[in-house]
Amino acid sequence: MMGDVWRRTGPGSRWRAARGQGGAWGWPTADDGAPSPQPWPGHRHFPQHGPGRWMRGPKTSGPLRRNPGDRMVGGVASGVAARLGFDVTVVRIVFVVATLASGFGAAAYVVAWLLVPAAGESGNIASKALSDRRGLALAAGLVPLLILILLIASALGAGWLGSTLGWPLTITAAGLVLIWRNAPEDEQAIMRRLAEPLLGPTGSRRRSRIVLGALTGTVLLVSGLLALLYGRPHGAVLRPLAGVALVVAGIVVLLGPWWLRIARDLMVERQARARAEERADMAARIHDSVLQTLALIQRRADNPQQVVQLARAQERELRSWLFDGRAPGSLDGQVTTLAAGVRLIQQEVEAQHGVSVEAVTVGDCELDDDLAALLAAAREATVNAVKWSGAPVVSLFAEVEPAEVSLFVRDRGRGFDPAAVPADRRGLAESVHARMARRGGSATVRTVQGEGTEVSLTMPRAAGVRQPHRS
Amino acid sequence: MTTPGIRAPGGRPRVFIVDDHGLFRSGVRSELGDRVDVVGEAEDVEPAIARIAESLPDVVLLDVHLPGGGGQDVVTALKATHPQVRFLALSASDAPEDVIAVIRAGARGYVTKTISGTDLVDAVRRVAAGDAVFSPRLAGFVLDAFAAIAPAGADRPAVDPELDQLTAREREVLRLIARGYTYKEIARELYISAKTVESHVSSVLRKLQLSTRHQLTRWATERRLA
Repeated sequence: MMGDVWRRTGPGSRWRAARGQGGAWGWPTADDGAPSPQPWPGHRHFPQHGPGRWMRGPKTSGPLRRNPGDRMVGGVASGVAARLGFDVTVVRIVFVVATLASGFGAAAYVVAWLLVPAAGESGNIASKALSDRRGLALAAGLVPLLILILLIASALGAGWLGSTLGWPLTITAAGLVLIWRNAPEDEQAIMRRLAEPLLGPTGSRRRSRIVLGALTGTVLLVSGLLALLYGRPHGAVLRPLAGVALVVAGIVVLLGPWWLRIARDLMVERQARARAEERADMAARIHDSVLQTLALIQRRADNPQQVVQLARAQERELRSWLFDGRAPGSLDGQVTTLAAGVRLIQQEVEAQHGVSVEAVTVGDCELDDDLAALLAAAREATVNAVKWSGAPVVSLFAEVEPAEVSLFVRDRGRGFDPAAVPADRRGLAESVHARMARRGGSATVRTVQGEGTEVSLTMPRAAGVRQPHRS
Repeated sequence: MTTPGIRAPGGRPRVFIVDDHGLFRSGVRSELGDRVDVVGEAEDVEPAIARIAESLPDVVLLDVHLPGGGGQDVVTALKATHPQVRFLALSASDAPEDVIAVIRAGARGYVTKTISGTDLVDAVRRVAAGDAVFSPRLAGFVLDAFAAIAPAGADRPAVDPELDQLTAREREVLRLIARGYTYKEIARELYISAKTVESHVSSVLRKLQLSTRHQLTRWATERRLA
């Protein structure tokens, strides 16, 4: 059962671990050479939505998690979308409509933000907020405010306003206070950025412009509301209409610049993220190919013929990547199924390193980009085991299940201390952990010094099962 | 698989080697050394049946592929008349259906020819003691074979559900074997005793041999066609 337990300890924690700690992976040893050209890079993957697919996106299993990788505010919508298999835009529209209709959309969003842990975190913000006394006091202080709003609203003869907006407003505000005080650094940064245009104008000219804008907007908004509230009894049909127009104009003047700025910032952030991912992918490929070959060359320095051979092979590979767009060691045309890929790893690693690899596969399926990344990670883990463990045999076990593919690389070698791995050894961090994380998979490493190491890789399956044997 | 202490009653197990390659037979012989007592060898089905019936070894190391038929023919011929003789299948290139066929005929286990001498001696001792020996590869084959048996539905009532399906625990044990764990490591991993691991493996072997479910046969046939 243990095996299952660690396979399922939540993809999130590892996701974060892989990116956050950034680091230390690769079997440590005094001997710092590393053979292994021809890796499998995960191809970059751009989701393509066909015409009928705008409603649905890829569906994940497991508990609901906020997705900080694709967020406009807290990542709640994309988390819900991923869990339910809807397109994230649809979920966002639902939230916005619910907010406009009653205000409870925003309240629900904030509550979810508080209660649902982010992918990669074990606890939610609410559990941290429980120990935040000042935050709780502040949040509780909003309740009298609500009563005040309700009182004023009913005094103005608009009890409906208080009951539809008061509660959600209070919940939202209280929730935001708690999140603001207890969220991790990056989420605070997002909130700051969202609030910045409202709070922090820079320069006196901008300030006066904003004050002017705010004044105009407020006047428009208030006069619109007044027209709506008091216009009905005597006025013609035109007056409520004018009221609505004024309210809308007020909102646009008040929030327009802010909205534009958020949209621009989000776009910039997305581009930066895409660039960073591209870079990480490229780093993983170079690590698996060029760096590994260079290490191999250092190690075989006394054998000129082999060095020439290695250099030539690497040159060919690099050329075909740079000029023909063929990823180094890519599976293009070589293998089309997972079992064939595992066999190829076995053959290549055995041929290059002279250590036997015992490969066992259960079930089979077609390769897609995700599974190609899984194989690339498995290859890197196998090469690592062969290089550093000192074990004469490395076991490779792959099992295709309807929902996921698991792959285990195990050696009974010397094991290592993950904390002692120098930070510049990127093998496991980039080629295994991050590569899996970018595809929604997970990787765990269990190692005991003197007893061996096992790397467990799990990738959820996107496509349906290809039945290798019909029953 | 270097668990010491499992020994056939009466000291060194008596071993018979069936393989069509003379070189391999002498290789195994020298690897086993004096840790077992090699009582004879044969290179094909017919002579093997005759000589095994004569020498009555504890364990027969049996090549899956033989010129005059499969290893399962040897097992089938001797099983009824000499139930005390136990078989351990040994093979280099292994089509899953052939391996499963030998196991279904009655072999107590299956190891690959790349196995080390120490591990082979250990496997022989286990089989002599009546235990089952599953290599990672065999565990994979068995998981595959049982996965191919669709759960009984309305259109296909189970003949004997207990024999046609593995329990969750048995699957877990097989997965760990396939991942390269020894029985001892599996016991530690699952918080059970090595004896219990042993009994799970034996129970899988029993199911494999007794299941009359035609899907097992069909799985084999389809693998062959694929």
